[in-house]
Amino acid sequence: MIVFDTTLTIDGIKVNGKKGETILEVAKRYGINIPTLCFVENLPSYGACRLCVVEISKGKNPPILSASCTYDIQEGLVVNTKSERVVKARKILAELLVASAPNVKIAQDIAARCGVKEVRFKMEDNRCVLCGICVRMCHEQMGGEALGFVGRGIERKIQMPFNKRPKECLLCRGCEFVCPAMEIPCQGVKIPGELCGRCLRMDEMPYCCTLGSFGCSCDHNPLASSSK
Amino acid sequence: MKKIRTKKNLEEYRKRIKKENSKFKKIVTICGGTGCHAYNCEQVKQKLRKELVKNGLLKKVALKVSGCHGFCENGPIVTIRPENIFYQRVSEKDVPEIMEKSILKNKIVEHLLYEDPVSRQKVTYLEEIPFYKSQKRLLLGKNGLIEPDKIEDYIVQGGYGALVKVLKLPAQKIIEIIKASGLRGRGGGGFPTGRKWEFCRNTEGEIKYVICNCDEGDPGAYMDRSLLEGNPHSVIEGMIIGAFAIGSNQGYIYVRHEYPLACRNAQIAIRQARKLGLLGKNILGSGFNFDIQIAKGGGAFVCGESTALIASLEGRMGEPRDKQHLHTTESGLWGKPTNINNVETWANVPLIINNGPEWFYQIGNENSKGTKIFSLVGKVQNTGLVEVPMGTTLREIIFEIGGGILNGKKFKAVQTGGPSGGCVPADSLDLPVDYEQLNAAGSMMGSGGMIVMDEDTCMVDVAKYFLNFLKEESCGKCLPCREGIKRMLEIVTDISEGRGKEDTLDLLEELSAVVTDTSLCGLGKTAANPVLSTLRYFRDEYENHIKEKKCPAGVCVPLLRYEILADCCKGCGACIKICPYNAISGKPKEIHIINQDICAKCGSCKTICKFNAVQLQ
Repeated sequence: MIVFDTTLTIDGIKVNGKKGETILEVAKRYGINIPTLCFVENLPSYGACRLCVVEISKGKNPPILSASCTYDIQEGLVVNTKSERVVKARKILAELLVASAPNVKIAQDIAARCGVKEVRFKMEDNRCVLCGICVRMCHEQMGGEALGFVGRGIERKIQMPFNKRPKECLLCRGCEFVCPAMEIPCQGVKIPGELCGRCLRMDEMPYCCTLGSFGCSCDHNPLASSSK
Repeated sequence: MKKIRTKKNLEEYRKRIKKENSKFKKIVTICGGTGCHAYNCEQVKQKLRKELVKNGLLKKVALKVSGCHGFCENGPIVTIRPENIFYQRVSEKDVPEIMEKSILKNKIVEHLLYEDPVSRQKVTYLEEIPFYKSQKRLLLGKNGLIEPDKIEDYIVQGGYGALVKVLKLPAQKIIEIIKASGLRGRGGGGFPTGRKWEFCRNTEGEIKYVICNCDEGDPGAYMDRSLLEGNPHSVIEGMIIGAFAIGSNQGYIYVRHEYPLACRNAQIAIRQARKLGLLGKNILGSGFNFDIQIAKGGGAFVCGESTALIASLEGRMGEPRDKQHLHTTESGLWGKPTNINNVETWANVPLIINNGPEWFYQIGNENSKGTKIFSLVGKVQNTGLVEVPMGTTLREIIFEIGGGILNGKKFKAVQTGGPSGGCVPADSLDLPVDYEQLNAAGSMMGSGGMIVMDEDTCMVDVAKYFLNFLKEESCGKCLPCREGIKRMLEIVTDISEGRGKEDTLDLLEELSAVVTDTSLCGLGKTAANPVLSTLRYFRDEYENHIKEKKCPAGVCVPLLRYEILADCCKGCGACIKICPYNAISGKPKEIHIINQDICAKCGSCKTICKFNAVQLQ
């Protein structure tokens, strides 16, 4: 039996959770959707994509934005997942994401759902969004340690040691399985590198949903309602 | 050598060294700091030694190579005690003269003395030089008296006296003393040190660690380096005291491998302290065990951030962990409670114990206590390390100590706090330097870098420089920092190359706000500061670049346009000959013309023209 020992407020609703849970986990249980990219259940949370930012007020301190996947719940926290500040930050993050990897379906999906209508940066063509799920899968789940990050800043990429398959790699293909960017781009993108978002011009949201984290076209999704 | 076990032992040892030192009639000290090294102080030292041997004075005159004196602009520095004569810009060929006049006789070599640029008078003694006069050199003052690889020098100066005092006190009392002193973290955050120690002490756990953060990476900053190079024992003593208060048995000094001298001196100091029983098992017979190891960092700027530093120490990739709610004092190195402090913070600890918290509390201003070392660099007369009480105004630091701007130019702005800090303009010169006031001005204390800029500096270019630095140094883990800084740099580069549009500044501001709000660690959260602060104070300069496509300071090359004034040009042909791109045409004795399509804006024509006919438009 789960013993709930912590009470906090998310979007004005009083919710319960147990110590050690993150805001994201509790929100999910209550059906509050927070978009994510680098979060995968059963893998340790990483906090790299920052799409799951929420506004957190603690006591009298001014509210801060923080990733909900790494923030443990505390008694009396007041969390807002769709304030203007959050939505705006998320939109810019989605814009940055899609500008760096426009030919990756998940980046286009996230951009569409965050309401990105135009990209003000130069489009690039990265095929990896550096969410690090494959690295965590390899290290934490398979105990393989065959994949890792190489380089710093914009040179960061995912590689096997010295770009050669080490004997630790068991060819389990776990990395491929979890990669969110492996999906074939949807039919919408005609010119490679262009912002798609065509599905948004249809009246209803598509059935596909980014990692299930947007809650598709449910009413809780402020972005879905704004597109109608 | 016998180990020191009691207070009496230490005092006997101190007396013995004093007696040994008393046989020296004179002490000649050469600054061996980083700046003076670049000025070839090593050769001066070799020459001095040769001269001493030649005169058979090796046993009567002590030759010391000390840590940084701070006045790096005028190195290499040689001081002669007990007279305290201060010679600057000493070269190898000056050595025989010093030998003859100052060491053999008690005369002064006039031309090596510092000359006051205002009154044109020669200054003989260190304390009288304006650069030193307004400073309060609590931490750096001993650098000139101590040879960093000799523990004896430190002990003679009263070293390890604070440790003896502390080992008899209950740990809680030591924390109370540090709390009462008002000491705040010198790494930039300004968190009260006493409270941090208390958190760490109160966290449950048998194993705890203390770490000294010497991963100084700001462009133009070198105070932590000079402190660890020049007086490593003060840092070690501070760490032992801290470890005793917290209840830790293992410490690490995290220093970047680009600081070989700091690594070497700290290593030697640790070995000497171990030999005397000041480190290791049963320190001074108190039953307290503590040891320090040196950990060399690879030189990544982000490893100055506490969680990234810990990751690097553990042997992982140096990238930060999201720690919004979990401080390193609860879960740090290998998941154990860990207390990380900056070099300067640790070096302050023995001073506070020796002189009492009240003494420390009355130095500084309302919220910030004690002194702070700044590395004053850029377009200023006296570059070097400056130690002043907190609350000293920027004007005092730049104009009184720094001697004003180079070549009589006008002051424009000062950049404090490194890449995470911001630029403070001329009308805020009377701002007292402390944690809160600098934050309010859109900059920050940081670890103490201070880059002075004159009227020839373009603020867009400054923002571009720091963004470029941060782009290289961002670890790349989180999206806003990795992509956001890159895009900010793209936008600023566009502005500086004349491709800025009306709405560019809005986008830049919007992006800066999001990068600040959502980044994972301190590097990203402060990365927008150079842009935001220059936008705040020098918005007109950005607008000039965008609307009129002009760079008022004449720095942004693509926006420059050289033209030959018809009234002044005599048709001498000098510019035609010098132009490496053959962009200038014209017959002799006729007005020459620059072909703007070919011109690469190198400026050689402007330099060569005797008639000032080439002008920057």
